[in-house]
Amino acid sequence: MSNAADNVRPRASAPRGERIADWADGRLGIYGAAKKNIRKAFPDHWSFLLGEIALYSFIIIILTGVYLTLFFKPSMAEIHYEGSYVPMQGVLMSEAFASTLDISFDVKGGLLVRQIHHWAALIFLVAMFVHMMRVFFTGAFRKPRELNWLFGFLLLVLGMFTGFTGYSLPDDLLSGTGVRFMEGAILAVPVVGTYLAMFLYGGEFPGTEIIPRFFSIHVLLLPGIMLGLVVAHLILVFYHKHTQYPGPGRTNSNVVGFPLMPVYMAKAGGFFFLVFGVIAMISAAVQINPVWVIGPYRPDQVSTNAQPDWYMGFSEGLIRVMPGWEWVIPTGHTINFGVFIPLMIFPLVLAAIAVYPFFENWVTKDQREHHLLDRPRNAPTRTAFGAAWISWYFVMLVGGGNDLWAIFFDLSINAITWFVRIGFFVVPVLVFVVTRRICLGLQRRDRDKVLHGRETGIIKRLPHGEFVEVHEPLSQEQLHLLTQHEQREPAELPPAVDENGVKRKVGPIERLRVRVSRGYFGPHAQIPKPTAKEYQEIMSGHGHH
Amino acid sequence: MKKLSARRRHPLAAIVVLLFALAATGGLYAAFAPAGEAQADETPAAQSLAIEEGKKLYAVGCSSCHGTGGQGTSDGPTLVGVGAAAVDFQVGTGRMPMQAPGAQAPKKPVMYSQAEIDQMAAYIASLGPGPAIPTEEQYSPEGLSAEEIAEGGVLFRTNCAQCHNFTGEGGALTEGRYAPGLDDVDPKHIYEAMQTGPQNMPSFPDTVLTEEDKREIAAYLGQVNSSEAKTPGGYKLGGFGPVAEGLFAWAIGLPLLIGITVWIAAHNAKARKS
Amino acid sequence: MSSETGPHENVSDDKNLPSAQDASGAEPEVHTNPFADPGLAPHDPRIQDIDERAAKRSERTVAMLFTVSMLATLGFIVAYAVIPVDEYVYIFPIGRISAVNFALGMTLGVALFCIGAAAVHWSRTLMSGAEIVQDRYPIGAADEDKAGALAAFGEGVRDSQFGRRKLIRTTMFGALALVPLSGVVLLGSLGPAPGTKLRHTAWARGKRLVNENTHEALRPEDITIGSLSFALPEGLEHDDHSFQKEIAKAALMLVRLEPEDIKDQQELEWSYQGIVAYSKICTHVGCPVSLYEQQTHHVLCPCHQSTFDLADGARVIFGPAGHPLPQLRIGVDDEGYLMALDDFAEPVGPSFWERG
Repeated sequence: MSNAADNVRPRASAPRGERIADWADGRLGIYGAAKKNIRKAFPDHWSFLLGEIALYSFIIIILTGVYLTLFFKPSMAEIHYEGSYVPMQGVLMSEAFASTLDISFDVKGGLLVRQIHHWAALIFLVAMFVHMMRVFFTGAFRKPRELNWLFGFLLLVLGMFTGFTGYSLPDDLLSGTGVRFMEGAILAVPVVGTYLAMFLYGGEFPGTEIIPRFFSIHVLLLPGIMLGLVVAHLILVFYHKHTQYPGPGRTNSNVVGFPLMPVYMAKAGGFFFLVFGVIAMISAAVQINPVWVIGPYRPDQVSTNAQPDWYMGFSEGLIRVMPGWEWVIPTGHTINFGVFIPLMIFPLVLAAIAVYPFFENWVTKDQREHHLLDRPRNAPTRTAFGAAWISWYFVMLVGGGNDLWAIFFDLSINAITWFVRIGFFVVPVLVFVVTRRICLGLQRRDRDKVLHGRETGIIKRLPHGEFVEVHEPLSQEQLHLLTQHEQREPAELPPAVDENGVKRKVGPIERLRVRVSRGYFGPHAQIPKPTAKEYQEIMSGHGHH
Repeated sequence: MKKLSARRRHPLAAIVVLLFALAATGGLYAAFAPAGEAQADETPAAQSLAIEEGKKLYAVGCSSCHGTGGQGTSDGPTLVGVGAAAVDFQVGTGRMPMQAPGAQAPKKPVMYSQAEIDQMAAYIASLGPGPAIPTEEQYSPEGLSAEEIAEGGVLFRTNCAQCHNFTGEGGALTEGRYAPGLDDVDPKHIYEAMQTGPQNMPSFPDTVLTEEDKREIAAYLGQVNSSEAKTPGGYKLGGFGPVAEGLFAWAIGLPLLIGITVWIAAHNAKARKS
Repeated sequence: MSSETGPHENVSDDKNLPSAQDASGAEPEVHTNPFADPGLAPHDPRIQDIDERAAKRSERTVAMLFTVSMLATLGFIVAYAVIPVDEYVYIFPIGRISAVNFALGMTLGVALFCIGAAAVHWSRTLMSGAEIVQDRYPIGAADEDKAGALAAFGEGVRDSQFGRRKLIRTTMFGALALVPLSGVVLLGSLGPAPGTKLRHTAWARGKRLVNENTHEALRPEDITIGSLSFALPEGLEHDDHSFQKEIAKAALMLVRLEPEDIKDQQELEWSYQGIVAYSKICTHVGCPVSLYEQQTHHVLCPCHQSTFDLADGARVIFGPAGHPLPQLRIGVDDEGYLMALDDFAEPVGPSFWERG
């Protein structure tokens, strides 16, 4: 092309790698992107790697999942088992279940891949959950990252449903019970419930369609969407540059970290192998979902301890603790609130955390970009909200396993159910109040430390006999860290009368916003951080006390 | 000592104290928790008439709740017609005599020798007709084919798993009652439990579940729930299914991986201490 | 400062980035502000940076980890080739486990873990330990870019005459709104309409109650007080194509109560000599309820703990179920076998809108 003359020289002398790169650049234009990104800085903190656990377990799930599809038969045709697992000889089962037994007992290494797939799925959801909590409690969801928060949230929800469909595929007695539950839940939908159920199952439950349909949803539809979302999520992380914790030299307009190449490549790339290695070893030593003892699905058989995988556990808890309300309305139709209400609360629980960034932004009306993370104690109301949400989630999770807690702690299953029924309303409120108080206490402690230094535990006796504890002044780094945060003023209603003497109208929504803002940033909601003046007064006085 | 007091304000001191406190609480609990009292009462069994001797044993150990003639009282049901199998199960697994009246008699160390149990069983059987203690060929898994054992699995899932879980790990019932775990339970006792329906367990008489069916179920349990049972995939986490698996992912898997993230992100040792 | 600074082409202090907190690069102004940012701490060298022997040690550690990984992969291959798929080993405290699963998993795990550990150790001890500082640039566009974009868009809209040609606009929206309907209509093939499918089961007058365990018709005397048995409608076989579908509705449990213990009048009338037959399918979401406590006559659902009192018309006494289990009316036929006197009077299983 235009620089044909230049191309002659490197051919002869440039190293081989450069020549390959030249070839690629001519077609892809890689040098521009490489120049910008090869030394891109990534802040270093263990909590920034939680998302990577999720990413890597997702990759592991895809790799092992592809292998499993080579052996799995998504068919509900009934056959008599003739494989090598003795206690199932001759038992009638679907081909899906039989092929899962084959993967476990006749395909060498198949059991390992199955166990890696399932363990990685559990860890994938755990990692997404704690990653989301890290992002939440540090305020990393603030502008410009609200959309990426939503992408992440969608990944969590899709992950749950991909997990549920995958858990159902072996057509075992445990997962089949879950599929039966889903039929009951769909039937509870007013007006169209029976139609939806017939369409989903291709007729009456269980029919012969649900496993093949779940199969294509599980291996194609949902992972396809998730893959796209993961790519978008990562592109945005790259584009926004990573957030960082406050500290000396770290500001809202810089990134302090290690360069992508080589340090982060080695760390992040190495971490993939570490995650995979740990999951492989867990799968070697700890059995998961032993379908061969669970047995094939039959609608008239069941086992106690019938639970979904943990990420669906909170919805299981909702269903278990709901009172059995069922009404026949005057038109002669039945509304099954006992199932329908939990079915509606389920998305609401998730939505509560998903919309929080937009709620907080509505309160603060903050238009600035935030790249420096909050220390959770410095956002007491947000932290309290997050802790309350987690407690809410875990109360429901406890409800989902009430039969097991009853056995382990020698309790009555009815007592646990009542505890969860009350706890559903009470525990989040308690946790909210307590967490906020803890945050304020920590803010007070920070303030004390800044003004009076760190308590060393060393007692000194003064010449006149008084005992004092020696306080060690903080370093400049710590002083900066404990005072760098911004403290907001609560929003205020505009004066009742504007400058022209006309009465100002303030809508009810704005009034609500002002009240909420006072709850967030009012005098009872944060401890004023020490000012330079206070500090200097104490320092210039008689030193520390 | 001075060093210790200087360090008690260290940021990590609270964690260390917490760990000590937890360890101390656990230790105290272990020290004071009521331990199972394992003692077998060895009395010489030299009586010629089993029923006579059984009656004496009954009068001492059982009559306060079940009545002097086995007719039952407000504290215990009648034993007329429960049969020898019920006595062998209840006393042979330590459930009877009960320590205190309650919703359910738990399994305990056995209080009587097998000879004494047989004597009591003979006495109870003499009160009215009921199921006899099964003979070994009735419950022994010897000689069953793979298909028959698998059929035992199907029967187990239809009749038993709803309360005792897939592999017989046990489960909760209402108001604090429970179906016990079946790990390593003698196949004779499994057989007797199905035959007699102890406490809240329904019975499965031969008309409902044939002798052969019961034997197959006991054989299946021996395959999947005994210390000899195979768990191909590794440690079975109690066999309780997804709750235990989720707990493992949270309590073991996640901390392991977080430990690694801390190592990756930790700043490396400096050449000189600052 | 030993830190290296990234590209500087975008240092513009945008209005979006609060520069009040920005103290990077500035000398610490401790005199005026005691809390000023002291700036990034100077990079402290690691042992490996100043002691070549320590660096060599790190190098050897990394190389050793890579070597262990290679050996583990070889081990994986050997394990795959040598260990039969049905071999079991006892490993304390795990249990009697599949040898090939354990060997493959452990060798694979070690092979992967060592690669990761080597890479991380390499990066932590030998790669540069100095953090670098780079500037951020605002995410939003500059004003002139925004103006340019809006102008270009406006030009495009004008060119298309989209605003002027209302007819085109309206019909286009109409067409685009309708065309996805084809896809929705196709979803109709997914399944049949519900009709009355949920209202009928395989039970009918005269069908004998067949013991699910023995596959023989049950007689009243087979069912003793305190026992629990399950029955299929006569003629339904496990090998039938529709077995799963039928048993999902027809599953039946039978218990015998003392007739004087039965509190519900209809239950007593529909029973036979104290034998009552109830649907095994929970009215909550359809799990088989059969956790029968023979002393309390309660039956519990293992899925969501709905509890029914079989002595009182299977009334719900706890849990999320909304109505009692349907009872099957039973009697005996001429030969003395138990038989159904009718289908269930109401739909079995979870309730639904049209149930009434």
